[in-house]
Amino acid sequence: MTEKSKPVDKLSYEQAMAEIEEIILKMEGDQLALEEALALFERGQALAKHCADLLSQAELKVRTLTGRELDALQGKE
Amino acid sequence: MAQLPLLPQLAISVTEITRYLRQLFESDEVLQDVWVAGEISNLSRPVSGHIYFSMKDESAALRCVIWKSNAMRLRVALQNGLAIEAHGYISLYERDGQYQLYIDALRAAGEGYLYQEFLRLKARLEAEGLFAPERKRPIPSRPRRIGIVTSVTGAALQDMLNTLGRRYPLAEVILAPAAVQGAEAPPELVAALQALNRLEAIDVILIGRGGGSLEDLWAFNDERVVRAVATSRVPVISGVGHETDFTLVDFAADVRAPTPTGAAVLVAPDVADIALELQNAGSRLVSSFQGRLGAYRAALADLAHRLLRTSPAWRIQGDEQRLDALVQRLESGLSHELLLLRARLEGLEQRLVSLSPKAVLQRGYAVVRRPNGEVVRSTAQVGVGQELTIQVVDGKFDARVEKVVPAGQGG
Repeated sequence: MTEKSKPVDKLSYEQAMAEIEEIILKMEGDQLALEEALALFERGQALAKHCADLLSQAELKVRTLTGRELDALQGKE
Repeated sequence: MAQLPLLPQLAISVTEITRYLRQLFESDEVLQDVWVAGEISNLSRPVSGHIYFSMKDESAALRCVIWKSNAMRLRVALQNGLAIEAHGYISLYERDGQYQLYIDALRAAGEGYLYQEFLRLKARLEAEGLFAPERKRPIPSRPRRIGIVTSVTGAALQDMLNTLGRRYPLAEVILAPAAVQGAEAPPELVAALQALNRLEAIDVILIGRGGGSLEDLWAFNDERVVRAVATSRVPVISGVGHETDFTLVDFAADVRAPTPTGAAVLVAPDVADIALELQNAGSRLVSSFQGRLGAYRAALADLAHRLLRTSPAWRIQGDEQRLDALVQRLESGLSHELLLLRARLEGLEQRLVSLSPKAVLQRGYAVVRRPNGEVVRSTAQVGVGQELTIQVVDGKFDARVEKVVPAGQGG
């Protein structure tokens, strides 16, 4: 269970969404203690908010390879 | 002066000779379907929309016309001095006796040759299996890192970045710049593809450029570039030129998009779809949690109920209820008995009253008693000097026996 306690805002969008899906499945299926269900629900909400933030703030990041990065392989040809 | 022939030829009209010539042109197979190479001169583009010019070379000129309907489809920018190849048929405009080439297709000079080259290369590489459908890989649906191979100066790059920024800003773009035409293009395109394959963890590569002539696009038919695309470890989407342009890179790519913008659209899910997906996930989270809460509440209520039923309080309540019921029955039974008893009692009382001694005393009888209260009935109970109490109807008095005379002995 320790990898699941990664801080929410360190997760990528895809990771966060994947965890939300997991939580939903657990919530719908397993036998859960009430405290566990509560904890999962809160984490699910935090994950969803993180995703929403990511979406609204997202800006396309563009990085350009340098000449050196391109040439280094040309030389090996 | 030449001798006039003995039998003069009949003169035919201008119309007739002209018509004859026209029919001559129109019945000639070559003249009806011909490609002609030359240089444009005397270009004229009147408001009618038709285009008129002459094609010429060092020793001859040919008048040309392109009707408006064909002119609209032209992809080559016409100007005087431009070397072109034009396709059409030759006929005669009778009104001015001019023969001309009626053009329905036109290309830059040398493109005919280039196109042949294209077909040859395509056949060879296809035979090697480079374009086989089995080689095509699926494009990841949510690529996180997108590589782009194109020129930094072209409009294609801006179009792709705008599209990606609008639809899928979550992604990260790694740009590997390369010339997209000229002799330097093929090696740069290859280097860019290989750099993206090896330097970075890329999910998909877009390769493309804006529209242009076959010559402009030629780098994307270069064998080296085609091989680099075919052997790319990362899936490649091509977006070269316009929708009708097909280059060998398009055939080698995992997916061909009609234009660079089309390639960006293909690779990017719409952020609106992503937002909707997030919303649905949120709703499901809430409803599944509520469902769970409901289950807990129901379980708790059930337990509480069962607990209550087995508790002493519950049992006592039950017993009390039974007690009440019994008491009630008793009471109703008892009261009935009581009524009966009372009735009997009253009956007895009345009889008692009628049997009361007072009535007897009133008749003159007296009750004689010894001091211990014993009623005297018989002479045997007394002796001389015995003290007695005599009760009459209105009181009593004490007496002493003087003499005892049993019945039957005189007196």
